[in-house]
Amino acid sequence: MQLKKPAVVGTLESCDVQITLFPNPGKGVEINLDSIVKVMFEKSILQTVREELEKFQISDAIVQINDKGAFDWVIRARMQAAICRSAEVAFDWKGVS
Amino acid sequence: MAGKTALKRTSLYVSGSSPVNMSQAIFYNEDCLVYDLEDSVPIAEKDAARFLVYNTVRYHRPKDKYVLIRVNGIYSEFLDDDLEAAVRARPDAIRIPKVESAAEVERIAKRITEIEQEAGIEVGSTKLWCNIESYPGVLNAEAIAKADERVEALALGAEDFTASMKATRTKPGWEIFYARNAVLMACRSAGVEALDAVFSDINDMEGLRADTTLTKNLGFDGKTVVHPRQIDIVNSYFTPSKKEINYALRVLAAVEEGKKLNKGAITLDGSMIDKPMELRALTTLAQAEAAGIKIGGAE
Repeated sequence: MQLKKPAVVGTLESCDVQITLFPNPGKGVEINLDSIVKVMFEKSILQTVREELEKFQISDAIVQINDKGAFDWVIRARMQAAICRSAEVAFDWKGVS
Repeated sequence: MAGKTALKRTSLYVSGSSPVNMSQAIFYNEDCLVYDLEDSVPIAEKDAARFLVYNTVRYHRPKDKYVLIRVNGIYSEFLDDDLEAAVRARPDAIRIPKVESAAEVERIAKRITEIEQEAGIEVGSTKLWCNIESYPGVLNAEAIAKADERVEALALGAEDFTASMKATRTKPGWEIFYARNAVLMACRSAGVEALDAVFSDINDMEGLRADTTLTKNLGFDGKTVVHPRQIDIVNSYFTPSKKEINYALRVLAAVEEGKKLNKGAITLDGSMIDKPMELRALTTLAQAEAAGIKIGGAE
């Protein structure tokens, strides 16, 4: 899947994460993480973000993450919404079993 | 969580666009938690809320609560995607706003069946709660309640109902008195649960108590709440007191004794005990048991 335009999802409220995606054609994945729990959870947050990019087969993207202590499933949800907005596609729920 | 036997004293709405509210809501004492995709979610955030609710219910659902997802309206452009996501999240039930006819319920139930089959989910496992929020909904309440086996409860929505009636919403609530009874009778006729409307003033606890007293006395099974501070008060009205439990036990003991002695008329404290009293006593004990109250018996 190709990202087509910048997209922002999420807020800066507690327990949320704001994710901004930019297309980055031909230049791979660049992730910039700002998190209030970075010391403890940097590795797992980055892993979650990379997993979501892989699920959507995205190999080129700039991901700005401003995390306010979001749980794993919130990060996943925000990533999924950001990817669909950036790629300008409607998510295919029929593919979810 | 279990279906019809689960307590439904309180249903708390939590916005599907607020991770902090969703995270906090599992720690309150509501029996039913309703993740909302409708009114509390801005139009521009419908897509993000759908992902958030799906991931929360599918992977982080509270184990001790009855979980629902309120989807957008029947004629909304968002309904199809909402149903696709909501059914696949596997909540206990989906709450449909502004239901006005049995045909609407049948159409949604059919679509849910198709999604369950596509997703490999047990057909029929996704229940429906229908919000009755207009005068056509009230007039058709019985048909709506009986429209499909998935229907598990009807919930009255007073604000929209009064708007449809050109009525003024007041705290005493006479403007919804007929609607409350009509919905309640429809539920009893169909054998589904009846849930009363919210009390909107979250700062008026005395008003909430008066309103919930009426809710309980009319016969509702529970009430929707709009703020966590309303939960414990409403729960207390639908949890039998020690006095009520003891009386119920005495009624049933008297009935049992009457059967043994082959008595035609049974009395307790000078009053006749009839079949409705026995039924009320059984209901009281069932509510107490569902609330986790231990009644008699050996350890």
